[in-house]
Amino acid sequence: MKDTLEIRWHGRGGQGAKTAALLLADVAFSDGFYVQGFPEYGPERMGAPITAYNRLSRNVLRSHSNIYYPDVVVVVDESLIGPVDVTAGLKEDGVIIVNSEHSPEEVRAEFAGYEGALYIIDAKAVSERNIGKNMPNTPLLSSVVKVTGLLSKESFFANMEGSFFHKFAAKPEVLEGNMSALKEAWEEVAEA
Amino acid sequence: MSKKDRLSGNEAVANAIRQIDPDVIAAFPITPSTEIPQYVSSFKAQGKLTSEFITVESEHSSISAAAGAEAAGVRAMTATSSAGFALMHEMLYVVSSDRLPVVMAVVNRALSGPININNDHSDSMGSRDAGWIQLYSENAQEAYDNMLMAHRIAEHPDVMLPLMVCQDGFITSHGVENIVLEDDETVKGFVGEYRPDEHLLDPERPIGVGPYGVSPYYMEMKRGQTEAMCRAEAVIEEVSREFGELTGREYGLFEEYRMDDAELGVLCIGSSAGTGKDAVDMLRARGVKAGLVKLRVFRPFPAAKLASALKGLKALAIMDKTDSFSAQGGPLGAEVRSALYQTGVIVPAVNYVYGLGGRDVRVETFEEIFAELEKIADGAPAEAFRYIGVRER
Repeated sequence: MKDTLEIRWHGRGGQGAKTAALLLADVAFSDGFYVQGFPEYGPERMGAPITAYNRLSRNVLRSHSNIYYPDVVVVVDESLIGPVDVTAGLKEDGVIIVNSEHSPEEVRAEFAGYEGALYIIDAKAVSERNIGKNMPNTPLLSSVVKVTGLLSKESFFANMEGSFFHKFAAKPEVLEGNMSALKEAWEEVAEA
Repeated sequence: MSKKDRLSGNEAVANAIRQIDPDVIAAFPITPSTEIPQYVSSFKAQGKLTSEFITVESEHSSISAAAGAEAAGVRAMTATSSAGFALMHEMLYVVSSDRLPVVMAVVNRALSGPININNDHSDSMGSRDAGWIQLYSENAQEAYDNMLMAHRIAEHPDVMLPLMVCQDGFITSHGVENIVLEDDETVKGFVGEYRPDEHLLDPERPIGVGPYGVSPYYMEMKRGQTEAMCRAEAVIEEVSREFGELTGREYGLFEEYRMDDAELGVLCIGSSAGTGKDAVDMLRARGVKAGLVKLRVFRPFPAAKLASALKGLKALAIMDKTDSFSAQGGPLGAEVRSALYQTGVIVPAVNYVYGLGGRDVRVETFEEIFAELEKIADGAPAEAFRYIGVRER
């Protein structure tokens, strides 16, 4: 992994892109990283395009600007590709991770002119199968951690089990669903 | 034992308030400071705080309730931003002239108009002459640490003035980052109990608070306030030194970053300083003698010490996150130029107005400024003030 990993999340208001960025910051923090997780705030409404960010590093983070040259772009909502220039500033060796139910060829076609790395995860299907509803955050989180190599599989799962155990102490069945969603997404995220 | 955590600036401040456990908290919600009373009320509901929590109908009332509590001899706190801050304006003067050491968490947000929820310093800078001590924070850690030091400074017998701890709205208030929290006992031990010499509820020594100030007395009251503000500088340094010994985190009136042999310097306040430090490192790697000064204490204004820190520079950028509409730039620009004049230090200086209403401040913004400073150091004329990061057409 690079010295500092900069991630930009594109979602729509209400889909949890901000929560996903904060979750990722949590995961990295518990592995000893310096972290930043922050959304771009404005007069947002449900459904409007929103952006959230992560900086994750082994060194102290001081910069407080938005991220213009990300290493990773995560597209939580595929319908933003086009209306929002999601690849803007993406580093040459950067990676895009898209939440999509479409085939790799179809998703590739949405990024005309983009030659770089592209990963797909059907986070909706994974979460519906395991959690029982469309909660794309958990599978996306797993995909980001795997694709970036931020944490090893073992420490990521152990770490998440601890935090889910704490979070869902009263609802153990939810813990199980979230853990299986993480594991399934880890296997399913694929390069297009 | 201190503990490593990751929190937003608002969570950090709410935790400081929980640990300080003041007698009274009065607050009214306003973005982006709303989370502070929200978290504090949760702590109260969970029994982690003994404070009397007063919900009020406006910020004029929250600061008034805090003033009343302080006059009765107890510790009171509040939090606000932007328009809520402005609604307090009159009462800020009442609190400071009554010498009530209220501590307030300010989450800086643009003051209308047009209406905007994002960060700049127009709210607290608009009340810079209200007689409050103003501490500014670069990140969540500094917001937390400034809160822990606040009462020791404000309630010091040489001072007895209200104090606001400012941090940048959303940028630090809602961004999650690493922080070190001190344990509750350490904080309680450092902050200590508040036992004012005089207060309204002491039947042995009855006093009045806030009477009409007739002309034969009014000016002496103001003189008392200003003398307290003059004494505050040494108290801030003393409390900060003690805090540094306790926690290992050092604070002064301002922070100097790579200033020892700097030829080009930038002076700014708040979260942009971190971004500026990254720019300084980048420029240093290219051989540019760049440095940065971050002002922590704006009131009292550390004029002599600041001028001394800036005197070796060949060019200086003074950065204001608000415009005074004086046609001369912003408040920091005016204060610094006055300080330089008073101490006979001549440094070519440009006052940059930047980051208004949440306009993002990037490493590139600082690179652009340093590039201009380089030209000024080589003899190019320095504009008195200008905007940076603005679309010109």
